[in-house]
Amino acid sequence: MAERSFAHEVKKLREGAGTTFAGEGILAVTKALLQSGVAYVGGYQGAPISHLMDVLGDAHEILEELDVYFENSASEATAAAMMAASVNYPLRGAITFKSTVGTNVAADALANLASGGVRGGALVIVGEDYGEGSSIMQERSHAFAMKSQMWLLDPRPNVEAIVNAVEAGFELSEASNTPVMLQLRLRSCHLYGSFTAKDNVRPPMTVKDAVENPSRQLDRIVLPPASFLHEKEKLEDRWPAAVEFIRSRGLNEVIGAGTADVGIIVQGGVYNTLNRAMELLGCSDAFGNTTVPTYVMNVTYPVVDSEILDFVADKRAVLLVEEGQPDYIEQSLNTILRRAGSEVILHGKDLLPVGGEYTAAAVTRGLHAFLSKHLPAAVSAKPSLLLPKTDPASPFAPRVDAEVVRARPPGLCTGCPERPIFSALKLAEKQTGKQHHVSADIGCHLFAINEPFNLGATTMGYGLGSAGAAALNSKDADRRTVAVMGDGGFWHNGLTSGVGNAVFNQSDQMLVVVDNAYSAATGGQDVLSSRADSQLRSTKHPIERAVRGIGVTWAKTIANTYDIAKLRDVFVDALTTPSSGPKVVVAQSECMLNKERREKPLRKQAMQSGKRVVKERFGVDAETCTGDHACIRVSGCPSLSVKPNPDPMRTDPVATVLDSCVGCGVCGANAHAASLCPSFYRSDLVHNPSWRDKTLARLRRAWIGLMSAGVERRAARYEMVEELA
Amino acid sequence: MSSWQEGRRPLTIAILAMGGEGGGVLADWIVAVGEQAGYYAQTTSVAGVAQRTGATVYYVELYPGGGRPARAGDARRQPVLSLFPAPGEVDVVIASELMEAGRAIQRGFATPDRTTLIASTNRVYSMDEKLALGDGRVDSNTLLAAAHAAGRRFIGADFMQLALEAGSVVSAALFGALAGSGALPFEREPFEDAIRASGKGVEASLRAFAAGFEAARQPAPKPIEPAPAGAGPVPVTISRRRPVDAAEEAAEQAERRREEVAASQPTALVGPQLHGRATLVAERFPAPARSMLLHGVVRTAVYQNPAYTDRYLERVERLAAVDTGADNRLTREAARHVALWMCYQDTIQVALQKIRRKRLDGVRAEAKAAPGQLMNVREYLHPQVEEIADTLPTRLGRWVADSAWFGRLVGRLTRNGMIVNTTGIIGFTMLWAMAMFRPLRPRSYRFAREQAAIDAWLDRAVAVAPVDYDLACEIVETHRVLKGYGETHQHSVESFTKLMDAADALVGEAEAAATLARLRQAALADEDGSTLTRELAALTLAA
Repeated sequence: MAERSFAHEVKKLREGAGTTFAGEGILAVTKALLQSGVAYVGGYQGAPISHLMDVLGDAHEILEELDVYFENSASEATAAAMMAASVNYPLRGAITFKSTVGTNVAADALANLASGGVRGGALVIVGEDYGEGSSIMQERSHAFAMKSQMWLLDPRPNVEAIVNAVEAGFELSEASNTPVMLQLRLRSCHLYGSFTAKDNVRPPMTVKDAVENPSRQLDRIVLPPASFLHEKEKLEDRWPAAVEFIRSRGLNEVIGAGTADVGIIVQGGVYNTLNRAMELLGCSDAFGNTTVPTYVMNVTYPVVDSEILDFVADKRAVLLVEEGQPDYIEQSLNTILRRAGSEVILHGKDLLPVGGEYTAAAVTRGLHAFLSKHLPAAVSAKPSLLLPKTDPASPFAPRVDAEVVRARPPGLCTGCPERPIFSALKLAEKQTGKQHHVSADIGCHLFAINEPFNLGATTMGYGLGSAGAAALNSKDADRRTVAVMGDGGFWHNGLTSGVGNAVFNQSDQMLVVVDNAYSAATGGQDVLSSRADSQLRSTKHPIERAVRGIGVTWAKTIANTYDIAKLRDVFVDALTTPSSGPKVVVAQSECMLNKERREKPLRKQAMQSGKRVVKERFGVDAETCTGDHACIRVSGCPSLSVKPNPDPMRTDPVATVLDSCVGCGVCGANAHAASLCPSFYRSDLVHNPSWRDKTLARLRRAWIGLMSAGVERRAARYEMVEELA
Repeated sequence: MSSWQEGRRPLTIAILAMGGEGGGVLADWIVAVGEQAGYYAQTTSVAGVAQRTGATVYYVELYPGGGRPARAGDARRQPVLSLFPAPGEVDVVIASELMEAGRAIQRGFATPDRTTLIASTNRVYSMDEKLALGDGRVDSNTLLAAAHAAGRRFIGADFMQLALEAGSVVSAALFGALAGSGALPFEREPFEDAIRASGKGVEASLRAFAAGFEAARQPAPKPIEPAPAGAGPVPVTISRRRPVDAAEEAAEQAERRREEVAASQPTALVGPQLHGRATLVAERFPAPARSMLLHGVVRTAVYQNPAYTDRYLERVERLAAVDTGADNRLTREAARHVALWMCYQDTIQVALQKIRRKRLDGVRAEAKAAPGQLMNVREYLHPQVEEIADTLPTRLGRWVADSAWFGRLVGRLTRNGMIVNTTGIIGFTMLWAMAMFRPLRPRSYRFAREQAAIDAWLDRAVAVAPVDYDLACEIVETHRVLKGYGETHQHSVESFTKLMDAADALVGEAEAAATLARLRQAALADEDGSTLTRELAALTLAA
């Protein structure tokens, strides 16, 4: 069950020619695929393209009607290998994943695919996770396009342009027998806009047709001598064919031609930002009517030499706006210009930032530097962001004490079942008196590296938590290494790369598999071990069975991670048992975000229909709390916060539980397992009580009233009457 | 003159929120309002799906007359809009919380020449603010002052509270504030239509919207002016930070009223059996300390008995006798800290706190229980051997504390804690019985130790006061580090001991008081005392 349902939005996918289709960039891409007659689609979720997978999942009915095959691939490598279907058959296929991490995983299959080339259009849609809000290392997908020779589309951030790029991408792929990558930057994926729809197209050849008419061409298989032939084809046939297609279709654009003798070359994905910079400097307007000629590279690989040379022919100087590093395009342009003996001055990362996201401010500064040097007349305005920080009119003039604006990194949600796992791990370390090297993985559990847990030393890639601890395996050490892996990473590759490897190499590590029933960090997509029934997929395959199947002998499944004391004991056991080989602890509890999404409406419904419902939440007695916040230091729950001390005698803020509490029980379990303090309580509010509840309550009220009367009478002798308080 | 400067530019709106606060929904609503008015709308975010509770920016641009057909020769059919807010060019900044408003200012999104800054004045504390052993909160007042200075207009209210009252989320109240601010050229109706069209939780959202709309028309809360220095005795403040928190402000006001009553009619602040002590307070102690003393009088009496209160007053009187400060800081702080220490949190006290009626009423209020609605309250208790030993009479307690056999037994029984239903007959009776141990407390193992420690601490302050008044005050306030239960308490006792040793060494030094205050902060920086150890080492090196 994905975190967000697109069931409502997918209805739009049926819309026919002429209707205006409004929505997120991702939804538009799906529609474009259907309009292009795609025959099969696969992929692996991950921000920023998770929603694309979710939309496709929710659109399965439409896909089935059109005979489009869709699968949630086990990994990006699986997805890429799936494109083999386009090698021998004229099937259009598309896959999607986040880049560059997904592209790394897929690299082997992509290289093989690109070597043999394709017959049917093959489109790899990559969600470029680069810049602000990114969760991965900062690298460019561009390198993959170059090294395997796949064409790279980088359409300008406009929903219509993106839709056109999908359609053109298939054609380009077929015209040049080359797989095409469509790069969607983070902000473009979540971009809202509209375009005019076309009818969906049923693939002329379906997957069924292909299966029933098997075909093979020996020279498409990557094995010598064919592989040498492929390299020759790439250079002599496919590249020129691609250049010809790009030129004739005008995929790259020149705007403002002839308005000046300097120019700008920009990646399509950065075009909007460039135009905004131009507007701020007074050399363009909202409709892109620039007074500085601009060459927009909606295809960033291959670079079309002749177009570049045409563009610079009448220019003194050009500025290349190329986001990220290395400066692949800049290097390429320098080669092109030098070979052609061009005199034009090429600026790029000498005036623009060498690395990092090209924000409006960064591009405006670079463009201002360029125009000031070569075309000062074009600059008719000076936005305040160009002012030095010391100028009081600068937007960056210090207006707030930097000390009071603290970092706010993402963390585990309220009620997250992973929190108690790390609390328990800390307690286990306390009990054994030993700290461990913790090899972390990709997933929500990686947030444990931050406060308050501070657990985790490295993260080497998705599913590689166990493998990341492989070298730190010593028979002579007095302790074990700890590795963490999520269920997502486990099925992605961790079972083989990590667990299998640890068994084979007799690693002594303790591996904690965080099994929250979904690929939760990417939005709650199902995995093999998901515990819900799925109409579309086969689920309920326990992780423990898998690890035992691969040779693990010490494996334990804890079905309730909120039982911190139990989990702590299992960890201590795993860290100290004399048993050899990897110790695998599968820590299970459902992702609270998904669980709440499912159960909250049901609870509400039950409450309204008169059924007995108990609503639990935690609280802290402000009187009993001494304001030491030890509870926060072992938990870090967003719902566990501080508030001003209601006691006029005391000054330090006390702990408090916010209304967002879902009553997961971690507070209480921590209070117990960590011997915290007696301030925590759980209140169980009963809706629609039964007669048994009511009778018991009457009895209790009477008894408690009797018992407390003396206590209150005594206090009343000393305490003032409340009204005066 | 460029088209941008001529005003042919989009309305730009940046929303700074945390993951899960509905920033995306708010952006979508704004788009809907813009589109119905014929604007060309674009929105984007870097929300990602992994940004749980992390700070996030959503960005909307609305281009006027976006429906106009492209003019011949236009490079683009649709307006080209930006995916990034450009610093200095943002018309409206909406921040879901005060620190996020600070972030918007820091990033240059909110600027005095252009921006309508709409911010909820509540605080959602960041992790490092919450982790501190003491008070790690940043000064909200600074943030509020910055918000006033950094926008062309500042619209501030506790929109989070308004949303909660309406049973909705902060984004709905902020949407109301946006409508109420008049920053966008749209009427109220289309805003509400946008909420209706979204179809989820419509009624609650509309209530929050209306509350936000009204609040936006009120002036934003002002930062509290720092009190002028040297203007005679200052009223007792809850804390030296000047808060903007509504609850905190109300508490301060209540405290000021209390002070007046303490001066005019001290007996009104205590129960009938303590009237004599209240009169004594009025006679023997300086006015600025009386309110706090009366708190202490009540607290010590409830904690033990009126004789214990007498002991309390005698102790504070020792400090009052050497108090030469103009504002009686020494007496005031002694009144506070002596009472707090004397009423240390032992199992008897905790049991009493748990069974008090006002406490159970408070729990009901927090759980939003309807009158008469059934509710159970379960306590998570984890009695330790030390705590049990502490409660027993001295000799027995010492034996128990030293007994390995008993330790193991209790350890096994309580290892995984116990859950006590205070609203049940057995649970309540258990806690009640525990509270009934009160008369035995003076003979308990811990009592004697605590009293000795209190006297040693006060002896030190009394001795230091004539030499260095400020240092004496700091010594008294050092009690603040004593907190927590079990291990946390043990650590705090260790820190306290170190600080007292440091205080002894500091007598006669320049800046002694400031140094001790700094060391106290260091003691509260972490639980294992490493910051304090470092600071102390640095001090020795310097000496």
